[in-house]
Amino acid sequence: MSHDHSHDKAHDEGPPSEYEIMSRAMQELLVAKGVISAEQIRSRMEKFEQDFPYRGARVIAHAWADAAFKQRLLEDGKAACSEFGLDLEADRLIAVENTPQVHNVIVCTLCSCYPRALLGMPPTWYKSENYRRRVVREPRAVLKEFGTEIPDNVTVRVHDSNADMRYVVVPMRPKGTEGWSEQELAEIITRDTLVGVTLSKA
Amino acid sequence: MTTPSAYTDAPTRRFSVGDRVVVKVSFPPGHRRTPHYIRGKRGVIERVCGAFPNPEELAYGFSGEPKRVLYRVRFKQLEVWPDYAGPDADWLELEIYEHWLEQA
Repeated sequence: MSHDHSHDKAHDEGPPSEYEIMSRAMQELLVAKGVISAEQIRSRMEKFEQDFPYRGARVIAHAWADAAFKQRLLEDGKAACSEFGLDLEADRLIAVENTPQVHNVIVCTLCSCYPRALLGMPPTWYKSENYRRRVVREPRAVLKEFGTEIPDNVTVRVHDSNADMRYVVVPMRPKGTEGWSEQELAEIITRDTLVGVTLSKA
Repeated sequence: MTTPSAYTDAPTRRFSVGDRVVVKVSFPPGHRRTPHYIRGKRGVIERVCGAFPNPEELAYGFSGEPKRVLYRVRFKQLEVWPDYAGPDADWLELEIYEHWLEQA
């Protein structure tokens, strides 16, 4: 889905929401009291946009290239990421593997829990009531709207990220990618494949 | 790395992988992490996630102690939604705290 600039613009021009005001006030107080600096806040936001969104593809490309690493990732997602040099901070990660028999898809029906330290900020549709309400109830219909048709002989496993765990899908490595470098593999591992609403294609 | 791993210990717990459980039907007010749609449904313990500070207490500024054991529970879609349109083999999995579970 593309950015909706008219929406962004309208948002900028409207009055700030109660939460925005609270968050600004908290930020100003923390800066005034010397707890954190404006520079720390800025660099954190930069990390969310320029580093975090690309971590997931790198770690999954490594899993595709190294079967033993993939196994460790499936056993303990956080420890495997740590071994790969990625600190997921507070996120506890469960990696779920797509196979010819099983397709996985992730949602948080209660709010918008998402593996932010691995994928950055969640997309708008992930936070929408439409996705959250429907993907647990009619996952195949929702996947079809994303252009993903799962045959009836493949089991669909929906993961509701409703408490303390975060999830990432390990997509199936497409045919025709034999001999690709991890960097080349990472380029076809998109955010949506890691949430499970689409499949990786070579 | 300083941050803890994906799983924490839960040496004292009521359920093990494969146990059949049912989610309590209860509607207490407050911050609850058990979605309404899953209350009263029967499932099977898929894995033990560990013991975590109770989010129902944390939400109000309390310590969250004693910690509660968190499980991942696997439900058949047909159990959750009797009119489910997909194949029988489709699953739905959620995280449920121990105090929301009973032996089925």
